Amino acid sequence: MDRMKKTPVKEQDPKVRATNFDEVCLGYTVEEAMQEASRCLNCKNPLCVTQCPVSIDIPGFIKCAKEGDFAQAAKVIARTSALPAVCGRVCPQEVQCEGKCILGIKGEPVAIGKLERFVADWSRENNIDLAETMPKNGKKVAVIGSGPAGLTCAGDLAKLGYDVTIFEALHEPGGVLVYGIPEFRLPKDKVVKTEIENVKKLGVKIETNVIIGKTVTIDELMEDEKFDAVFVGSGAGLPKFMGIPGENLNGVFSANEFLTRNNLMKAFKDEYDTPIKPGKKVAVVGGGNVAMDAARTALRLGAQVYIVYRRSEEELPARVEEVHHAKEEGIIFNLLTNPVEILGDEKGWVKGMKCVKMELGEPDESGRRRPVEIPGSEFVIDVDTVIMSLGTSPNPLISSTTCGLETNRRKCLIADEETGLTTKDKVYAGGDAVTGAATVILAMGAGKKAAKAIDEYLSK
Amino acid sequence: MYKILAKRNVAPNIYLMDVEAARVAKAAYPGQFVIVKMDEKGERIPLTICDIDKVRGTITIVFQTMGYSTTKMAEYEAGDCFMDFVGPLGQPSEFVHEDIEELKKKKIIFVAGGVGAAPVYPQVKWLHEHGIDADVIVGCKSKEYLLLEDEMKAVSRNLFVATDDGSYGYKGFVTDLLKEKVEVDKMGYDLVIAIGPMIMMKFVAKYTKEQGINTIVSLNPIMVDGTGMCGACRVTVGGQVKFACVDGPEFDGHLVNFDEAMRRQTLYKTEEGQKILRKEEGDTHHHGGCGCGGDK
Repeated sequence: MDRMKKTPVKEQDPKVRATNFDEVCLGYTVEEAMQEASRCLNCKNPLCVTQCPVSIDIPGFIKCAKEGDFAQAAKVIARTSALPAVCGRVCPQEVQCEGKCILGIKGEPVAIGKLERFVADWSRENNIDLAETMPKNGKKVAVIGSGPAGLTCAGDLAKLGYDVTIFEALHEPGGVLVYGIPEFRLPKDKVVKTEIENVKKLGVKIETNVIIGKTVTIDELMEDEKFDAVFVGSGAGLPKFMGIPGENLNGVFSANEFLTRNNLMKAFKDEYDTPIKPGKKVAVVGGGNVAMDAARTALRLGAQVYIVYRRSEEELPARVEEVHHAKEEGIIFNLLTNPVEILGDEKGWVKGMKCVKMELGEPDESGRRRPVEIPGSEFVIDVDTVIMSLGTSPNPLISSTTCGLETNRRKCLIADEETGLTTKDKVYAGGDAVTGAATVILAMGAGKKAAKAIDEYLSK
Repeated sequence: MYKILAKRNVAPNIYLMDVEAARVAKAAYPGQFVIVKMDEKGERIPLTICDIDKVRGTITIVFQTMGYSTTKMAEYEAGDCFMDFVGPLGQPSEFVHEDIEELKKKKIIFVAGGVGAAPVYPQVKWLHEHGIDADVIVGCKSKEYLLLEDEMKAVSRNLFVATDDGSYGYKGFVTDLLKEKVEVDKMGYDLVIAIGPMIMMKFVAKYTKEQGINTIVSLNPIMVDGTGMCGACRVTVGGQVKFACVDGPEFDGHLVNFDEAMRRQTLYKTEEGQKILRKEEGDTHHHGGCGCGGDK
């Protein structure tokens, strides 16, 4: 074996997987995992750990994996992360832990993500009990939202002996892990459900179908239901639209709607009642991970799919791996292209999308080169469905119904970066609700910090 | 799980159910709605709230069997449970927040079409409980389709009934009866609240705009989550895009783009039709029709 190269991981053939919703990556075998683990230099001063938002002891768990002690490896991870099987699959390791791996200077970094995934899957398949909690301390904490931020915060507090209840607006817990990220990237029953079950095993209660701000308010939770503190991890759920003509035609969807129907409501499974309109030719507008997810979902439902993105490949916000997988599966990338109007037929259904070609000008405030229209370059893409994937913003349902909870001009909750404390006493927040749409692992990091701050506050 | 405590067949294909949902009942106001999901594999179905019992902790829903899911829902009996029941969703009716004394000065008439009588009832009842008696027009196909007649009589000042076939009350459409009340009887209404089929609300709003009478309508577009997440329910009101689930469901009827709203309601008609066919005829319509494109 070449020590400078990652142990390759098996994937479903692109032609086959383009027609099913099974997971793309098949994961390591025991031998492959041990071989990959043996590449780790076990640095004295591990830079990988500094890049992990939840500070997993990476050399520690890899050392156990190298020796074949996967149960111990799982316990090492469980000390700091409640969702390793999720993170091993969806974290952007290339810019976090793996990005700082010493091996990466001359060769390829250790496949930390794939090892984390292997250890988490192995511990699930072998029923390793990871639920170690301290005695109950009698204090109640409410966690709003059961996505990555909420699950992490709830898990950490439960381990410390708190009586934690998670309130979830939808009918199933998991947040974006369930409604947003598709099955082929993150299996729901096998991975997400199990990790949520593990959080429940710590004693966390989950009440679904409770919309904070509608069904009950934060003030009522504290006054009437006697919660000592509240953590808001309600995510960024509101879809953005472009505001161009034709956006309300039949056949224009938000990525949120399209993905929710397919992921949460399982439209791809015939035995479910959820309707979905995959279309025959689909344009997905946007270049983030959600756009890739929507595009690859439409493809699997039988459509020919275009990504339409106004900057160039270099600026695509999606993970490199997702772009690579999308291309392998046959998604067509129309880069440096911006929609200006959606065209409808006489009955009000989408029949095409008028776009304009772009070129890159001077860098804008984000540091990326600003796309500028090329005059006279209009052209029409022949599509019957358009999926808008332009990002999301936090839902104002909570901020608008909670006295003293302030937001910034992007509608994000104002919270202290270190503690998550909001402008309201005893109310903490973290994840996309504070940052706007970001990643699973950053939300988990915020949930973790808030759990620590809540514990410090309530132990005073 | 949310238990059905009572079920009544109130008209042909129209059912009323009292459902145990303490948290929803505690928080609900007239004008709001709920989402029901019958079982694991079911759709999320938005339904208007017909009554709220805060003491018993129940919400009354009324629905008409129209497609696959509502037909399935009609098979549920008292004692059965819905897996999911969430709410209250949307904004309460505007008058809930208004000054009662100011409200008492207004002459209000509700116009309900078909099952629209169900969401109208809690609004009329709320006003009645606050010392305001409103008039109500209920329109339906024929006498047997008339909902909640006694209940409505008990809380309204006048209940006017219109039937398409003249089998009860006024013969004709609710818009004609409203016209008569406004122009012939000179009732001097300040506010019309119209709830029913989109086409009915469109024509009521068209008429009241000519007459210069403020009009509120309640929209029932397609939606998934009901919390602003999916954007399926977007409607154009006064040239601006609104999400009916969080900004509505009630809007100024003179500003709603009804034609667009009606067109958007048909989005999944083909898919739903296929679902019904599949259930009735077995798995013969599996791959979306013959490929001729006529299924769009």
